[in-house]
Amino acid sequence: MKTNDHKSTFPATRLPKCPTGIQGLDEITGGGLPRGRPTLVCGGAGCGKTLFAAEFLVRGAVQFGEPGVFMSFEETEAELKGNVALLGFDLASLVRRKKILLDHVYIERSEIQETGEYDLEGLFVRLNHAIDAIGARRVVLDTLEALFAGLPNEAILRAELRRLFRWLKNKGVTALISAESGREHLTRHGLEEYVSDCVIVLDHRINEQIATRHLRVVKYRGSPHGTNEYPFLIGDDGISVLPITSLGLNHAASSERIATGIPRLDAMLGGQGFFRGSSILLTGTPGTGKTSTAAVFAQAAARRGERALYFAFEESPSQIMRNMQSIGLRLEPWIKRGLLRFHSARPTLYGLEMHLAIMFKEIFTFKPAVVIVDPMTSLLIAGSESETKAMVTRLIDFLKSQQITSLFTSLTHAGNPLQQSEIAISSLMDSWLLVQDIEGNGERNRVLYVLKARGMAHSNQSREFLISHRGIDLVDAYIGPGGVLTGAARAAQSARDKAETLASEQEAARRQRELERKRAALERQIAALRSEYEAEEEELRRLGEQVATRTRVLTAERTELASLRQADATVAASARDDGKPKPKDKKR
Amino acid sequence: MKTKTVRQRKPDSNGRTAKLWQLRLYVAGQTPKSLTAFGNLKQICESHLKDRYRIEVIDLLEQPHLSKGDQILAIPTLVRKLPPPVRKIIGDLSDTERVLVGLDLRPVDLTATKAP
Repeated sequence: MKTNDHKSTFPATRLPKCPTGIQGLDEITGGGLPRGRPTLVCGGAGCGKTLFAAEFLVRGAVQFGEPGVFMSFEETEAELKGNVALLGFDLASLVRRKKILLDHVYIERSEIQETGEYDLEGLFVRLNHAIDAIGARRVVLDTLEALFAGLPNEAILRAELRRLFRWLKNKGVTALISAESGREHLTRHGLEEYVSDCVIVLDHRINEQIATRHLRVVKYRGSPHGTNEYPFLIGDDGISVLPITSLGLNHAASSERIATGIPRLDAMLGGQGFFRGSSILLTGTPGTGKTSTAAVFAQAAARRGERALYFAFEESPSQIMRNMQSIGLRLEPWIKRGLLRFHSARPTLYGLEMHLAIMFKEIFTFKPAVVIVDPMTSLLIAGSESETKAMVTRLIDFLKSQQITSLFTSLTHAGNPLQQSEIAISSLMDSWLLVQDIEGNGERNRVLYVLKARGMAHSNQSREFLISHRGIDLVDAYIGPGGVLTGAARAAQSARDKAETLASEQEAARRQRELERKRAALERQIAALRSEYEAEEEELRRLGEQVATRTRVLTAERTELASLRQADATVAASARDDGKPKPKDKKR
Repeated sequence: MKTKTVRQRKPDSNGRTAKLWQLRLYVAGQTPKSLTAFGNLKQICESHLKDRYRIEVIDLLEQPHLSKGDQILAIPTLVRKLPPPVRKIIGDLSDTERVLVGLDLRPVDLTATKAP
């Protein structure tokens, strides 16, 4: 039998378990309900007891090959078939194939007169007959408490119930008994005192107008079990219990990097973008471009040929697409090509668990590589902070186990410390980007920081985050003596810088020219001095010539005079000297 | 048939209805309670419905599938199949007074005077 395979996964010393097949419940209970023993399921009206019981039987019959008897004290066979058909169980077919036997036990007090001693052997016979008819291994009694309304003698009834549970144990069937929850006891008529092996409480609580179902294993004799209150939901395919802690921290970490769609942001993240399968938190005050960033990220995934799933909790898909067109982002082609899908839902539409289940379902069917939740903080409306955190934890765990990169945007309200994300979720995130408004000079400017990026070198710089019709760009913010300047201030500062540079350039040129002028003047001066000097030199030369001429003239005159005075020796000498007798002659 | 019964349901001198009474007693084996019940039933019928009744004893241990038809839980259970409406009396029928009330064999005024 199939069940033996299941049993064998648990140590032999442990209590034999009967798997329910209900998603998540077997994880909490470590394999299912106690085999061959009765289990009590109690809860208020409309919390899903009957469905729980029905799913236990149907899954037992379909998945584990264990036929079951459904003894209903409230609903007729037809009603039961109709009710569970909503969840995709074809009870009628199972009944035809003798996998399940439905038995409606009807008690009408007004028809019954009590006269003396009696017992419930009729019920036993009937149940026994039903069990034997299909060889049932599982039995559901839903809900036994109808007996209390139908049979007047409670003393007999209690004695008989005690006998019934013992009888069920002896019969070796795994029984599920449902009961209404009571005020003082777990159940209205204290049935828990008879069923001591396993007690499960279902609950349907309304918190801030949103209902969430919870399941808790109150007691499980002889077996460890999850003791928390686990949210569960009734979806299209039955009950799924969502154990918060069942998913271990053992997902594989990829070292592959994926681009964000913003090159400068990739550059800030070690040049390559985020790790695949990592979780990214993008926090920011209203209007800082979170959705735009997310859309760019989604588009980048689609460009790589990967599927991106966008959960929008504030805007409709067409609104996002229209808005993204204003920054030059056309998303429709990707949607048409089946690479991008939007899932929009109001957070208040249903409880968190329902949201989570629907998200899981979408992810299962679409199989995306990138999931965007925008904004995560909207889910706070649907649940309390701790619930939301638990939900996001489970979602992240799930996404990581599937190697899906997730981007969560988170709205930080102005005035709150920015480093504190709304759901205190940051510790779950691998990367955290923060977009902040800086107000000053009559304008607001966006600044982006990488607060953390696990496992990669990342920039510690703040970058100005610009959104234009061409898309998103990051610009170095001006960092100078005046602090970090952005926007117009940054532009003004750079203009001032430019002007200053120009001015100093002009100053240098002016000085250059002045120097040139000075040199020219100096050169002119030098030239003047030189010409003066030359003039003086000329004068001097002329003077020298004059002196020489005069000397010669004087000498000649003296010679002539000497000749005249007959100074023969000297005459002969002088005649040798110049041999120019003509001027001498002339003078003579 | 039902309409016929209603038509003929005129009270006789004892305040009973004149027509065949069809009674069915469900038991599970020959338990003391079952035997007591059968004995009590026989006695009541003899004194109140002489020659106008028919008792059918069904042992569920032998015919378990019959428990469903009359919605039998308690053992023993006496079902008045006819005349309608169907009435059920559970227990060993030791409280004759209540059996008579349950079977609608006592005129209302008589029970009212006997009650205090």
